[in-house]
Amino acid sequence: MDFTLSKEHEMARQLFKDFAENEVKPLAQEVDEEERFPRETVEKMAKYGFMGIPVPKEYGGQGCDILTYAMCVEELSKVCGTTGVIVSAHTSLCIDPILTYGTEEQKQKYLPDLASGRKIGAFGLTEPGAGTDAQGQQTKAVLDGDEWVLNGSKCFITNGKEADIYIVIAVTGKVEKRGRMQKEISAFIVEKGTPGFTFGTKEKKMGIRGSSTYELIFTDCRIPKENLLGAKGKGFPIAMHTLDGGRIGIAAQALGIAEGALETTIAYVQERKQFGRSIAQFQNTQFQLADMATKVEAAKMLVYKAARKKDEYKTNPKISYSVEAAMAKLYAAEVAMEVTTKAVQLHGGYGYIREYDVERMMRDAKITEIYEGTSEVQRMVISASLLK
Amino acid sequence: MKIVVCIKQVPDTKGGVKFNPDGTLDRAAMLAIMNPDDKAGLEAALRLKDQYGAEVTVLTMGLPKAADVLREAIAMGADKGILVTDRVLGGADTWATSTTIAGAIRNLEYDLIITGRQAIDGDTAQVGPQIAEHLGIPVISYAQDIKVEGNKVIVQRQYDDRYHILESQMPCLITALSELNEPRYMTPGGIFDACAAEITTWGRADLKDVEDCNLGLKGSPTKIAKASDKVRKGAGEKIVPESPEDAVAYIVGKFKEKHII
Repeated sequence: MDFTLSKEHEMARQLFKDFAENEVKPLAQEVDEEERFPRETVEKMAKYGFMGIPVPKEYGGQGCDILTYAMCVEELSKVCGTTGVIVSAHTSLCIDPILTYGTEEQKQKYLPDLASGRKIGAFGLTEPGAGTDAQGQQTKAVLDGDEWVLNGSKCFITNGKEADIYIVIAVTGKVEKRGRMQKEISAFIVEKGTPGFTFGTKEKKMGIRGSSTYELIFTDCRIPKENLLGAKGKGFPIAMHTLDGGRIGIAAQALGIAEGALETTIAYVQERKQFGRSIAQFQNTQFQLADMATKVEAAKMLVYKAARKKDEYKTNPKISYSVEAAMAKLYAAEVAMEVTTKAVQLHGGYGYIREYDVERMMRDAKITEIYEGTSEVQRMVISASLLK
Repeated sequence: MKIVVCIKQVPDTKGGVKFNPDGTLDRAAMLAIMNPDDKAGLEAALRLKDQYGAEVTVLTMGLPKAADVLREAIAMGADKGILVTDRVLGGADTWATSTTIAGAIRNLEYDLIITGRQAIDGDTAQVGPQIAEHLGIPVISYAQDIKVEGNKVIVQRQYDDRYHILESQMPCLITALSELNEPRYMTPGGIFDACAAEITTWGRADLKDVEDCNLGLKGSPTKIAKASDKVRKGAGEKIVPESPEDAVAYIVGKFKEKHII
């Protein structure tokens, strides 16, 4: 087993690190405070190809692997969780399903704009009554001539109002499965500006506050027949497979947040003095840091392993990376929460003040245990693979 | 247009300089980066490429590890990289370095050669102008702006309190300041391409029209007696005298104070 990173990955990490330090970090606090989508950062990321890292060059992407993409989300999230999730949702939840399930025409039509960052992507699965239980979908799509007519709403959609291209999951009928009638679910590509497609209220969140989280509303929204993504009735496996990939992105975001909090804390405890010496000299601090660093390293191994497995999938679509992605997300998210909480504790009163980065990091970390499948769902995925 | 950019891998001095007990730089203890002035020179070349179309070749002399900066340059947009490396070239001072680089450049076609003003590990600012001298071409140093018009370049040369506008026929050599521009980042795809790209490696035998007595440690007239961390130069003193007589009196006074006269 080889744990060394290739030259490419080392250079890519340095690139993402430099970019994050110079371009993202200076805005992190302001973006959080003002709940402002960092459009200027997205434009810069687009310029340098960050919005299309795992997209083949033939579709205008960078032609890199999933590990490189995960490292990008990780480094961005070290300094700003908001920026990390913008790239993650765009890449994993919109680009990836088009790349995996799209027709050649759909790929040619949508991928160059998405990969270059001229357009931003989003994904709509969750509904007020259907989060973890995807069968609870209420949004309907009915074929009327050459068009699908969408009615319903999606909530908590990342990149909500800022996106241009949306992958939307909707019910297209009923099918009998094991003697029971079940909803037939399909996936669609919906473009912003389509009549009947509007936005609800902006969510005011605890963390990742610069990320644009909106409700999507479809009222007799007519989209071309050819915007069906994948086969009719395959929406559920498409959504689940998309989330498998998305979890690697969120796991990388969680890992980045944890690493950012650890680095910030290491610097802080060496400066902060109590009882005449730096608090880094107290054994409690040292032991806390040791535990934090060990868990971060373990999370990193899981995240990189899942990314590697998804890379393998590209050449061998028979393999699954579902369990690896679930383990990576479960562990990295819980480590992010634990490490940021300890980071705040080690900062003492200052850690509770918004001027200090760890306060934001702790709020940002919480969502990684919830979205793209809660930690409980990850445990379901993992245990199902053990008990099959 | 063909542009050759000379770049150097240097230890990052941002976090301070580390020395070996013998006074030489402890390069292993410091992160290796592309010299900032050289990076600005590369960015200037890449902008000329974006604007007019150009082939940009990056060239460096150093240990095999120096290929890293060539790959970084290719990941930023340079077309090819040449590494000049050979044991006999080691220990070179500015004279031997410029002789070597000129010997390598003689194998290439070029309209413009861009070097950084100086490297942060030596701070001599001699290699660029020396290369031009070896090649018998004009040099414009301290460039803060570069424009190309037909077969000539128009360069703003920075001075302490003003700049000069100079024009030169190509081929010529320009030394760039890090203030010249904000270098672009690499791209992820560029990195993968750069790592797959072949780096041309030249040794002593590939250098054209150079003599062994001018190469490496034994071809270096400079001997380093002692090295220490950089001492920051003071801001200086600015005087606006009332009259020329006052100015003369002030200068003479200073000379006397320093025991010069």
